[in-house]
Amino acid sequence: MLHTRTVEIWVGVFVAAGLAALFMLAMQVSNLSSLSEDEGYLVTARFENINGLKVRAAVNMAGVRIGRVSAIDFDPETFEAVVNIRIDSRYDKIPVDSIAGVYTAGLLGEKYVGVKPGVEYDNLKNGDRLKGGQSAIVLEDLIGQFLFSKAADGGSQ
Amino acid sequence: MVEWLAQLGRTGLRFFERLGRAHLLLLHILAGVHTVVPRFGLAIQQLYSVGVLSLIIIVVSGLFVGMVLGLQGYNTLVDFGAEESLGVVVALSLVRELGPVVTALLFAGRAGSALTAEIGLMKATEQLSAMEMMAVDPLRRVLAPRFLAGFLSMPLLAAIFSAVGVLGGFFVGVGLLGVDEGSYWSQMQDKVDLYDDIYNGVVKSVVFGFVATWIAVFEGYDAVPTAEGVSRATTRTVVHTALAVLGLDFVLTALMFGEQ
Repeated sequence: MLHTRTVEIWVGVFVAAGLAALFMLAMQVSNLSSLSEDEGYLVTARFENINGLKVRAAVNMAGVRIGRVSAIDFDPETFEAVVNIRIDSRYDKIPVDSIAGVYTAGLLGEKYVGVKPGVEYDNLKNGDRLKGGQSAIVLEDLIGQFLFSKAADGGSQ
Repeated sequence: MVEWLAQLGRTGLRFFERLGRAHLLLLHILAGVHTVVPRFGLAIQQLYSVGVLSLIIIVVSGLFVGMVLGLQGYNTLVDFGAEESLGVVVALSLVRELGPVVTALLFAGRAGSALTAEIGLMKATEQLSAMEMMAVDPLRRVLAPRFLAGFLSMPLLAAIFSAVGVLGGFFVGVGLLGVDEGSYWSQMQDKVDLYDDIYNGVVKSVVFGFVATWIAVFEGYDAVPTAEGVSRATTRTVVHTALAVLGLDFVLTALMFGEQ
């Protein structure tokens, strides 16, 4: 048998590692573990419908990730979703009139925010508001529109 | 025909005798567990040999199981364009099922067999009888600390297994296959529930720890005190623990996740 003191230290390490593992599992569930990305600047964008967009979802421009969604709120006066976006500080030359939209990666994939560049010379800075363009596509609405137009076609013939 | 019936009866009686002895032993151990507290050094020794020495096999297996889950999950999910859900797949499989079950199976092989062999050899070499001669209760001096150590180590080992596995899936999914890092964690945090998944996983590992240690200690204490008897008891420990864990896992899963 090893020296008692060594044994005690190892058991301490074991118990600490076990508790740390439990703590890590618990923290993965709550959003406390969000790997802090403090650098960058915050802008907001408003959408009619963000259907399924989540906090920490990617914000892409030309398909390249330039930031993340940091918070999602609801504005009770305009009935719009307010999406707070943190853009990495190295991407600081984005025109103020750029347009944001909510898109889906693939047919069933994750929702993300896509940004299309504008033409202004001024650049976005902290606290600015992105123009909200395309809202998320709701499949039920699409199917409804399709059926409606089909019915309209059928009636005209 | 009558001989065959008698044989069947003998087998059944032996089975129930063993079952009864196992429960009596468990009652005696549980009644004696409190005597371990003032001499916690005994339990610490056992925590070292049961828990610390199992760490390497648990960490390595957890890492590789997580990596395989990442690889297999990715190959399936990528067809649906849903590879961002890889984190959910890896975390849920590990926390709900693989963490407790695989840890219990490895625990039976690594620690349970060692416990049985040690106690069985103590019995074969009459160390347990010697203790009784000195008015030392071997149940309290030898079995209770081992039982307590096994019972405490299992949940910790299972938690380490799951945590390491999630990291393994992260290395493969994000590092090798190019899943987005934020999606891996955010989808996982979105879908894994603290109570439903993590708490229930911990409950499973506590139950498995209890059963695995109980079987190991009982087989050792009940072994035929010969070299062959101890070797048979060790084999039985591993086989019975594996069967008990897998059977109980189904029952627990049905109770925990069945009613949805």
